[in-house]
Amino acid sequence: MRLDYPSNVKIIRVPCTGKVDVMYLLRAIQKGADGVYAVGCLEGSCHYNEGNFRARERIEYVNTLLDEIGITGGRARMYNLSSGEGPTFAAYAKEMTEHIRKLGPNPLKHK
Amino acid sequence: MKSESNLEKILEAGHFAFTGELGPPRGANAEHVREKAKPLIGNVDMVNITDNQTAMVRMASWAAALIAIEEGLEPNYQMVCRDRNRLAMQADILGAYALGIKNMLCLSGDHQKFGDHPTAKGVFDIDSMQLVNMVKTMRDEGKFLGGANIDVPPKLFIGAAANPFAEPFEWRVHRLAKKVAAGADFIQTQCVFNMKKMREWIKRAVDMGLTEKTYILAGVTPMKSVGMAKYMASKVPGMDVPDEIIKRLQGAEKGKVADLGIEIACEQIQEFKEMKGVAGVHLMAIEWEHKVPEIAERAKVLPRPVV
Amino acid sequence: MIVAERKPFEEIKELVKEYKKVLVAGCGTCVAVCLTGGEKEVDILKTELDMARRMEDNPVELRGHTIERQCDREYLEAFDSMVGDFDAILSMACGAGIQFLAERFPQIPVLPAVNTTFIGVNQGIGWYEERCRSCSNCVLGDTGGICPVTMCAKGLYNGPCGGTNKGNCEISNDQPCAWFMIYERLEKQGRLDCITRFTPAQNWENQVPRTLIQPGYKKPEKQ
Repeated sequence: MRLDYPSNVKIIRVPCTGKVDVMYLLRAIQKGADGVYAVGCLEGSCHYNEGNFRARERIEYVNTLLDEIGITGGRARMYNLSSGEGPTFAAYAKEMTEHIRKLGPNPLKHK
Repeated sequence: MKSESNLEKILEAGHFAFTGELGPPRGANAEHVREKAKPLIGNVDMVNITDNQTAMVRMASWAAALIAIEEGLEPNYQMVCRDRNRLAMQADILGAYALGIKNMLCLSGDHQKFGDHPTAKGVFDIDSMQLVNMVKTMRDEGKFLGGANIDVPPKLFIGAAANPFAEPFEWRVHRLAKKVAAGADFIQTQCVFNMKKMREWIKRAVDMGLTEKTYILAGVTPMKSVGMAKYMASKVPGMDVPDEIIKRLQGAEKGKVADLGIEIACEQIQEFKEMKGVAGVHLMAIEWEHKVPEIAERAKVLPRPVV
Repeated sequence: MIVAERKPFEEIKELVKEYKKVLVAGCGTCVAVCLTGGEKEVDILKTELDMARRMEDNPVELRGHTIERQCDREYLEAFDSMVGDFDAILSMACGAGIQFLAERFPQIPVLPAVNTTFIGVNQGIGWYEERCRSCSNCVLGDTGGICPVTMCAKGLYNGPCGGTNKGNCEISNDQPCAWFMIYERLEKQGRLDCITRFTPAQNWENQVPRTLIQPGYKKPEKQ
């Protein structure tokens, strides 16, 4: 499809967003990522029934942990799409990048 | 006679008892107790002095009871299991009796969650039935719960509460039987509004022979307003207010609801006077002590017998 | 199982604020099952503390280590060679584990990262309910397998009280009345006679620290 999406997004493949652990997300921020997001199947279409719901809950939890740590603004997000939606994937990548740009860099970077 | 209580004498003599209630103030205001006591003098045989009712801190029940004695009333010292362990309970019982208190009502107590100290530790070392039994053992066997002898046993007339309306209804009369077996000399019931259920409960108590072993005083509370009736119907656990009562109050002429409330209470008292197994009425005129003379007059329970 | 709940992060941060090297000690038994203090939760807490302290320009050196059980000497031994390097230990075990750890390393501050909550059951993933207060005098045989000490808000032995409210407790409509349930169950089993008897005052045996020595075993004279 040769779609453009921001080159600052580094993709890590997982078999299901249900595999995305709180620690994966937290570690990303700890190591200096400015934001972290999971892209899962549409709600109701999870092959494992509730993998993407679990991921959404974990992402909300990670945001509360980040708030406690003092890194506010919701640097973790969840998006849902179906496997055939390349353009949506690119659009979400742009949206996330813009959201993070507004928040500025990870405050831990210079610590 | 088990005690030196005036209430016991009245009941023993076969009179229909009429008792009242007085809630101690939220402060050290003795005058307030005296004020509330005045309208009760000569109109009731005994007055219940509540113990940190609804789990709100108030003047100690025994202290307000002593003020009531000074005013010429016979107090019924209420004690809840929520606030003290068996040591404090027995100590207070001895002290109360030593200072002239002759009746006592043993209660579990509303859960502390409802009160002004919701995170207090609820004691509940013993339950209300075990409290009844402890007071009986102290009085009749002259022994503390721990087994040691008491030099001067407290000759108290022992009361307990019963709620004829709480579920499971089938169990209520059996629980009454347990309280009687534990040693309750008299029972004061939860406020009665559902007369149909009350009749059924009393009938069962009579059939089981319980009214031969204990005196049952039916709880009566006059409704002050439709709002109060609705609140009691929906918000007070264990209370059974039938719709008919609310409808009847709603039908009252403007400004006459309270009067109708008193009328309904008087009708109930009238029925209780004739109901087999009921030995008297316990009037809980909540924050309405000054209305007691009028209610007593209209219910035709005056003058109170002198025994 | 013993159920615990993690302390609020602010409180944990405050507990360790003076220390530069902290060992986060997890426990792999009860608190791991209830998702509070196992290996994973140690990892999360460690990461949180690391990030929060860096944010405050007060970095802390952290290590996490989870053993099978902190209430067992055999497993605690694993910490012996480790603790010398740390200013404090933050334990994620239940109160028993934390104390046993503190007893083993009396020279080091051992701090709690969790609040031990109750002895309970697993109703679903992440959903636990209290069932036992370890009163030392079990009456479940007479009460249809429903504990009046734990499940009745007033711990009544001769319930229900007058506050029972259409099958619920007076404290909340979400809390079933224990004595209502006891009645229902015993009635179905035809065993109501179990509760028609008056139950006398309980002899509380949980008012002093308790010790149990099984038959055939002895407490060693001196260690």
